[in-house]
Amino acid sequence: MKIEVLGTGCAKCKNLYENVKKAVEESGKSAEIVKVEEIPKIMAYGVMSTPALVVDGKVVFSGKVASVAEISGVL
Amino acid sequence: MLKQFADWLVFDTIGLVPGTHSGEALNFFIYDTLKIFLLLTTIIFVVAIIRSSFPPERTKRMLSHKREYVGNVLAALLGIVTPFCSCSAVPLFIGFVESGVPLGVTFSFLISSPMVNEIALIMLWGLFGWKIALIYISTGLLVAIIGGIIIGKMKMEKYVQDYVWEMQVGKTEIVKQTFREKLEYARGYTFELLKKIWPYVVIGVGLGAFIHGYAPQDFLVRYAGRDNMFAVPLAVLVGVPLYSNAAGVIPIVHALMEKGMAIGTVLAFMMAVTALSLPEAIILKNVLKNRLLVVFFGTVAVAIICVGYLFNAIL
Repeated sequence: MKIEVLGTGCAKCKNLYENVKKAVEESGKSAEIVKVEEIPKIMAYGVMSTPALVVDGKVVFSGKVASVAEISGVL
Repeated sequence: MLKQFADWLVFDTIGLVPGTHSGEALNFFIYDTLKIFLLLTTIIFVVAIIRSSFPPERTKRMLSHKREYVGNVLAALLGIVTPFCSCSAVPLFIGFVESGVPLGVTFSFLISSPMVNEIALIMLWGLFGWKIALIYISTGLLVAIIGGIIIGKMKMEKYVQDYVWEMQVGKTEIVKQTFREKLEYARGYTFELLKKIWPYVVIGVGLGAFIHGYAPQDFLVRYAGRDNMFAVPLAVLVGVPLYSNAAGVIPIVHALMEKGMAIGTVLAFMMAVTALSLPEAIILKNVLKNRLLVVFFGTVAVAIICVGYLFNAIL
């Protein structure tokens, strides 16, 4: 599974990244977590409010710091 | 009820005397803090639920290929309900212009969104009353509409960074949320926002209470009263670096108004605090060339100064 955290590097994006790490650890699944900070890549997903979370190429959350529980729900 | 509680606590329980500097200052502090936090908690929650129904992706669709005037008005109005954080200004800007939202219309949105925000409104309503809050919303919208129209008329598309026009924007998906998820989101949002702004509110109300209790009546009339021609531009200049602290600034301004600051000056100052922000300018530099950035800030600043003079003249 590939999880991407989209955001230009603000505090919220870091919080989301941490939550993702926790959620993945708790689930015990193996997943690759990547931070995407380049604008063209973010725009390619059509995301207009960051931070956003992409799981296997699909946007699941945008414009909010999803909680660990919420992330676990989409893994 | 809050007033009775503050009176009871300060005068009956702590034993300070009404009418004294310390008594009035503490009473004011307790009353205002309670009132503001009550308003903040309820209204931020309600606004967050409303906002979760207006993701920027939907706003973009509504504004795409709109003509000027109609588009500017709609963009300014949508700016109120669409959540916006200056850290997403770049993807938002690119998403808008790429999908065919005219530049001037995009700017109407960019001006209105931070200026007509719920925190500024709650604080104005709670401290100054609904009339001032309403004047603030309507003039704020007007500044956004007119500012956007002017920028649109200047045909400044070539001063947008070139790469923006070549960007490939993916098809936007709107993530659907159930009502339960919206409630959950609103709860988290309210909590997060309160956590961030509470120190500013307490410090702002504290300073306001100090001014209320200790500063002599009318001490600002000479400097910030309506007869001082320079008060409005000066207030705008001072407001620029105070960005994002609307919650802390408004209680101070409220106390200053009691001491003689003119209403137009108050409005201009408030608008400068919310609409003209240095961090946002730095972020927008990624998508705007210097000339357009200067025009954007200049237009908004001039419009705000006009609002200040207008209200000093008529109220």
